[in-house]
Amino acid sequence: MLTIEFNGKKEQIDASATILDLLQKAGIEPKFCAVELNLEILPKHQYASRRIHEGDRIEVVTLVGGG
Amino acid sequence: MESNSSNILSQSVQDDGFLSIAGKILNSRVIVGTGKYDTLELMRETLEASGTSCVTVAVRREKLYDRDGKNLLDFIDLQRYTLLPNTAGCFNATDAVRVARLGREILRDLENPGADWVKLEVLGDSKTLLPDPVATLEACKRLVDDGFHVLCYTSDCPIMAVRLKEAGAASVMPAGSPIGSGQGILNPNNLRIILEYLKGDDPSYPVIVDAGVGTASDVSQVFELGADGVLLNTAIAHARKPVLMAEAIKNAALAGRQAFLAGRIPKRLYATASSPEEGLITSRPW
Repeated sequence: MLTIEFNGKKEQIDASATILDLLQKAGIEPKFCAVELNLEILPKHQYASRRIHEGDRIEVVTLVGGG
Repeated sequence: MESNSSNILSQSVQDDGFLSIAGKILNSRVIVGTGKYDTLELMRETLEASGTSCVTVAVRREKLYDRDGKNLLDFIDLQRYTLLPNTAGCFNATDAVRVARLGREILRDLENPGADWVKLEVLGDSKTLLPDPVATLEACKRLVDDGFHVLCYTSDCPIMAVRLKEAGAASVMPAGSPIGSGQGILNPNNLRIILEYLKGDDPSYPVIVDAGVGTASDVSQVFELGADGVLLNTAIAHARKPVLMAEAIKNAALAGRQAFLAGRIPKRLYATASSPEEGLITSRPW
């Protein structure tokens, strides 16, 4: 298991997991989100291939109502 | 004959009913926020009533727990509305650039024309929500360099407005009064100066009044002053009847714009009679 920071919270995840696995586990629709990995935007086409590393800081954002 | 002239009138008004920003045409001069509605269904109905073609949205963390399964984007027709992501809640230039890039990343795959647009907002203080001018200018420059069309929220300071235009902002968006305050246009003279400085030798440069609108007459005033657009959220979302207020705002924008094009008469200290002096059968007291 790896320990990561996912949207500000510490989480445990399988060592072989990819970003896409993480999104699916959290029930997030990849179409409507953006992923920031260690402060760099991760392009959508890398979600399925990029494996999660120990200590990764991952932010997943979407659009909400705002002015 | 009469129907002809009214056709011409409605045609000219229709032709004028769009807002051009960075080469993109919006079919309404009103930009509406999507925040603070009781339900997403109400928001959708309200956007429709406002006649807008551009709506602002915010970038926030996905909720990992207590998700209700509804996404804002399920309630916004992406073919119909240009999405304008904002940097609301950012208090420094670095955060604003970061949030703007994330907003662009979300929109990129949605094939929405707003993908390279950002409503830049860098705040200085959480009580007033007034913009931090130094950080706003810094963020504006960085985002312009990064290829963004920056629609820049600012105070009603004319000098700051000029600086932001010089920095490459696609539109400068001065506040009428503090965000969500509903105080209307507190300093119309500053807005007049901003409009003169930014549009004087560049009439097509878009100036949009953003923030402070409380009700329909504020929107009319914005357009009577000569602004190109208005951006509002709370005045609609927190009205007792948001859909009705959205329609009022649409009508007020049209009325204000028509009045601006028609040209208001100058204000005078004394009265001028509308009925002729000639042929008067009565005598004056003095």
